[in-house]
Amino acid sequence: MSDKVLTIHRVSKTRGKLRVLDDVDLSLSPGERVALLGHNGAGKSTLIKCILGLTRFQSGAIHVGAAQPGSAAARRDTAYLPEAVSFHPALTGREQLTLFAQLSGTAADVPLLLERVGLADAMDRRIGAYSKGMRQRLGLAQVLLGRPKLALLDEPTSGLDPISRQDLYAIIDELAGQGTAVLIASHALTEVEARTDRIAILRKGEMVADDTLANLSDLAGLPIRLRVRARENPEALAAHLGGNRVNGASIELLCSPADKMQALRRIAAMGEAVVDLEMTPPRLEDLYRHYAKEALQ
Amino acid sequence: MTRFLAVTRAELLILRRNRWLLVATLIMVLFALALTFAGSAPTGTLGVDMLTVSVASMTTLSVYLAPLLALMIAFDAIAGDVDRGSLALLLSYPAGRGEILLGKFTAHLAALAFAMTVGFGTAGALAAWLGGAGPDSHMALARLILTSILLGAVFLALGYLLSAVAGGSTAAAGMSAGLWLIFVVLYDLGLLGAVVMDQSGTFTRSVFPWMMVANPADAFRLWNIAATEGVAMASGMTGAAQALPAWAAPASLLLWPLLALLLARAAFQRVEP
Ligand SMILES: Nc1ncnc2c1ncn2[C@@H]1O[C@H](COP(=O)(O)OP(=O)(O)OP(=O)(O)O)[C@@H](O)[C@H]1O
Ligand SMILES: [Mg+2]
Repeated sequence: MSDKVLTIHRVSKTRGKLRVLDDVDLSLSPGERVALLGHNGAGKSTLIKCILGLTRFQSGAIHVGAAQPGSAAARRDTAYLPEAVSFHPALTGREQLTLFAQLSGTAADVPLLLERVGLADAMDRRIGAYSKGMRQRLGLAQVLLGRPKLALLDEPTSGLDPISRQDLYAIIDELAGQGTAVLIASHALTEVEARTDRIAILRKGEMVADDTLANLSDLAGLPIRLRVRARENPEALAAHLGGNRVNGASIELLCSPADKMQALRRIAAMGEAVVDLEMTPPRLEDLYRHYAKEALQ
Repeated sequence: MTRFLAVTRAELLILRRNRWLLVATLIMVLFALALTFAGSAPTGTLGVDMLTVSVASMTTLSVYLAPLLALMIAFDAIAGDVDRGSLALLLSYPAGRGEILLGKFTAHLAALAFAMTVGFGTAGALAAWLGGAGPDSHMALARLILTSILLGAVFLALGYLLSAVAGGSTAAAGMSAGLWLIFVVLYDLGLLGAVVMDQSGTFTRSVFPWMMVANPADAFRLWNIAATEGVAMASGMTGAAQALPAWAAPASLLLWPLLALLLARAAFQRVEP
């Protein structure tokens, strides 16, 4: 094996007649943060369970380091946050985390970890009395046990308030900083756009994209949007530059990444006639829509 | 190596916190006391001390209660975690499925043992104090407590088996009720019917005792009755016990927990969280 923390090679899984995963390839290096996107039922959670060795797959291979999924070595190196995580309501947060610490065989400072995720005041209350976000935080605390090499987070921000989301991504960055490879299944596009190194998109069990945001944009050839505001005569500006008039004084034009500089030079050459310029590169949402739609064509 | 003890610790906390331990112990004490005093009236006629009679009554009680209490904890052991979705997380930890099952079993068995010992112990002590007890009846009480724990162990493991197969808490609860009914009530009724039809033929003499001892609940009864003459007389049930070698009932009651645990372990292996 290479220095990859996780290698997934041509993994396929069928459930009855349904092909839930179809020849999926993916690999993660130490310290890499990868977003796993896809529509409901695309197979994100299933892929994660395959990596954990909780679900069998029919063909292909998965390795965590050099270990088989579900083997003792793989489980020692992997941390997992299930979607909609839940615990026994009768235990307190401290008791639950102590159990996980003992199971993982690490000597962890449980109160410190709970403080880290903002549960300092609630750690001796029963989990049954926790809010959804508090349970999610407790789930996150157990991810931080024992320096995992690989962290699999299934919709980690669901149920978290905006501040907690920020905290979560700070924790993810910290994990990545210490060399943990982090795979984040998510629907929150704007969040993962800014906070991950690479984007992987599943569509009906097929991996349709797996690259950095910039490369994916290039690959998709999605246009950059330029909005130019005219001083007094938008008609003339539109005639000169091409493009459509929008809301009175502005025109909007689309150009490919390759033509961007040329377009900017032409706009700059207009001199005083242009008051303002706004440039919007394609967002992850546009990309996501592009890759999700491909199926329909 | 002692990872299963972490699970045991957590399970014991849960049993204490949701008051299962308190309620189970209370049930055991109350029923044991009630039976001891209800059954104490005809003591003199049999010529045995009160503790012996008390043990005979409590043996009958335990046949019903030990499996019931065991199934009440066990049915939720795996299905509950499946329902909550916490099993996937638990299984992502280095502890294996065997360790998790062993941890739960240890905790549940300890809780059962506590309830049995306190319940039968209290009633037995009271009977001995009021009506006297000999070394024989002390042995009988100790045997009752130990075999009750063994019987509980059988139904804990069978409960795990159902919990793993059922795939959900509600289904597991229903199946557990059915299992209890079969082992504790219907099986005996079926055998009884067969004996009546057979009219003391070969079935009654050679097959029936073995079929009886194959059921852990009946093996429990037979062991307690065969071992003490007084208890056998007090319970008026000696026929089947005499037809079998002395090792049959203990062997059955000792093998059943192992067999049921192995089955439960195999079923747990196939659970996909
Ligand atoms: N336990 C199960 N039994 C049968 N089919 C299942 C099971 N779990 C998932 N599936 C099916 O597998 C497919 C992939 O499901 P999966 O949970 O991996 O999707 P997902 O990408 O995580 O979706 P979501 O964004 O809604 O969480 C779906 O078609 C789903 O119906
Ligand atoms: Mg999912």
